[in-house]
Amino acid sequence: MTLSGRNLTIGYRDRVVGRGLDVALKQGEVLALLGPNGGGKTTLLKTLLGILKPLAGEAQIDGRSLDALSIRDRARRVAYVPQVHNPTFAFTVETAVLMGRTAHGGLFSAPSAKDREVADRALNEFGIAHLKQRPYTMISGGERQLVLLARALAQEPQFIVLDEPTASLDFGNQGKVMREIRALAASGHGVLFTTHDPNHALRAADRAYLLRSGERVAEGPVRDVLTRGQLEALYGAPVETLTDPASGQSAFLPG
Amino acid sequence: MTRGFLPGLIIALGVLALGLVVAFTVGRYPVTLAELADVLLSRVTGRPSTAPAAVENVVLLVRGPRVLAAVMVGAALAVAGTAFQGLFRNPLVSPDILGASSGAALGAVLGIYFSLGVIGIESLAFVGGLVAVAAVYVIGSLLQSRDPILVLVLTGVVVGALLGAGIGLVKYLADPYNQLPAMTFWLLGSLAATTASDLLPLAGPVALGTVVLVALRWRLNVMSLPEDEARTLGVATGPLRITIVLAATLVTSASVATSGIIGWVGLVAPHLARALVGPDFPRLVPTAALLGGGYLLFIDTLARTAAPIEIPLGILTAVIGTPFFIWLLAGMQRNWS
Repeated sequence: MTLSGRNLTIGYRDRVVGRGLDVALKQGEVLALLGPNGGGKTTLLKTLLGILKPLAGEAQIDGRSLDALSIRDRARRVAYVPQVHNPTFAFTVETAVLMGRTAHGGLFSAPSAKDREVADRALNEFGIAHLKQRPYTMISGGERQLVLLARALAQEPQFIVLDEPTASLDFGNQGKVMREIRALAASGHGVLFTTHDPNHALRAADRAYLLRSGERVAEGPVRDVLTRGQLEALYGAPVETLTDPASGQSAFLPG
Repeated sequence: MTRGFLPGLIIALGVLALGLVVAFTVGRYPVTLAELADVLLSRVTGRPSTAPAAVENVVLLVRGPRVLAAVMVGAALAVAGTAFQGLFRNPLVSPDILGASSGAALGAVLGIYFSLGVIGIESLAFVGGLVAVAAVYVIGSLLQSRDPILVLVLTGVVVGALLGAGIGLVKYLADPYNQLPAMTFWLLGSLAATTASDLLPLAGPVALGTVVLVALRWRLNVMSLPEDEARTLGVATGPLRITIVLAATLVTSASVATSGIIGWVGLVAPHLARALVGPDFPRLVPTAALLGGGYLLFIDTLARTAAPIEIPLGILTAVIGTPFFIWLLAGMQRNWS
C-alpha cells in the first residue's frame, strides 16, 4: 500500500502554502520531512492525514482518494502522532492508548476486551505497560511520546504520521523514539515524520523530502539528499559536516 | 493514582440515598423514617398505609414531586455540565456556556410579562433555551475558523450578553408589583412550586438527552482531545458536536424551564465526580448524574428548611458553590489539568 499525494496544492481557504507537491510513502519505509519553519511541513502532513483537504490535486491511499474514505476508515489506515502536549483531563495511560481503538468500535460502544488486549500489546511494545494506571499528565515528556506512539499502534494502521516526534525530548529519549520509528517500519508500517534535525532523518529515515517555501527542494535516499550543500541551500545557513572515521557515519552541525 | 469506579459510584449512590431520606423526612412537618418507609412501601405493594393521612400527603403530594424534580434537575445539570466540559476541553465550563440558561430566562420573563400561566412560562423557557443555543451554533458555524470551539464559546458569550439585555428590558417594562417579583424569583431558581404535573415534561427531555450522552460516553473521551487528534482517531467531530450540544441543551432547557436558573450544580458536580472516579467519561457521566441529583436535593432541603421563608436555590448553590470551588481549585487542580 502507498500513501501518496499527487500534484498537491496545500494550504488553507485564504492562503496557499505549497504547490505542485508529489509525495509517496510505501509500507515498511520511513520518510523524513525537513525544511525551515513556515515552509509547509505541517500543512503537508495534515493534508496527507486527511485533516486538511488539498486545494488542488489529491491525497490517496493505494490510488483511492482520502476524501472518498470515511473518517473512520481513514483512521484505520493512517494514524497521527501529534507533538506531545498537556491534555485537559488526566486520563490514565491505559485510557489514552484505548482511544486509539475508537475507529474499531461502534458509535455507542466503549472499548471491548479485544480492544484492551490490543492496547496492552501496544503498551508492551513500547515498554510502558507499568505506566498503565498512571495519569497521562503525571508522566515525563518522553513517556508521553511513547504513549502517543502506543495509541497510534493500537489503531492498527498501515501508516503512521508523526509531527516532530523528537522536538521536546531529552537526548536519550530522542534516540529511543528514533529506534521505535525504525521498529515500526520493520513491522510493516509506512512512517512519515517531520523534524528540524537532519541528523534524526539520517538516523531513522530511508528517504528525505526537503520542503522550502512550499516547494520541493529535493527528495531521495537520505545519504544522497542530506548533504552539506543541500542543507545550506535549504536553510540558507552554513552547515559543517563531521564524519566518524571509525563507523563512517556523518553528522551535521549548524553554523 | 488510581481512582476506583465502583467505590466512587457507591459513594455517589450513598450521597443520593442519604439526600432522599433527609429530603423526605426533614421539614416543617417532620416525618419519621418508619412513616416514610411505610408510605413508600404501601405504594409499592398496594396495601393501605398505616401512617396518618397527613404524613401520606406530605410524602406523596408535597415533598414527592419536589424531591423527584430536584434529583432530575440536579442530575440533568450535572450530565450537561460534564458533557460540555469534555466538548469544550475546559473543566471550568458550565451547562449555560452556549446560552441555554439565558435563552430560557428570556423566554420565562417574557411568559411572565405576558401573564401566560405556568405551562406557558415553562414552554417559553424551554423553547427559549433551545433557540438560543441553536442561534449560537448557527452563527458559530457560519463564522468559519480553524478553531471552531473557540468561536462557539465566544459566540455564546456575545449572544448571552444580548439575551441579558433582553431580560433587563423586559424586567424594566414589567409591572413592579406583580410581575417583577415573579421574574426575580424565577431567575434565582426554585422548586417550591413544583407539582406532579411538572414531572413528565421534565423527565422526558432529561431522559432522552441523558440516554444519548451516556451512549456517547466513549466518544466524549475522544472529543476532549484537540480537534485534529479526535478526527485522526476516527471521530466525525462535526456531527458528533451537534449531537452532544443538542442532547446537553435539551436536558438543560428542560431543567431550567422547571426550576428557573440554578447555577453552579453543572460546574461543581462534574468536578466532584472527577475527584471520585477520574476523568474517564464512561465512569464520569453516571457518577456526576448521581452526585448532581444528591447535591441539589441537599441544597433544596436547605432552601425550604433553613429559614422561615424559602431561600432561592441559585443563591444557595452560589454561596455553597463558590468557596467549595475555590477550595477545589487550591487543592486538587493538578490532578485534572
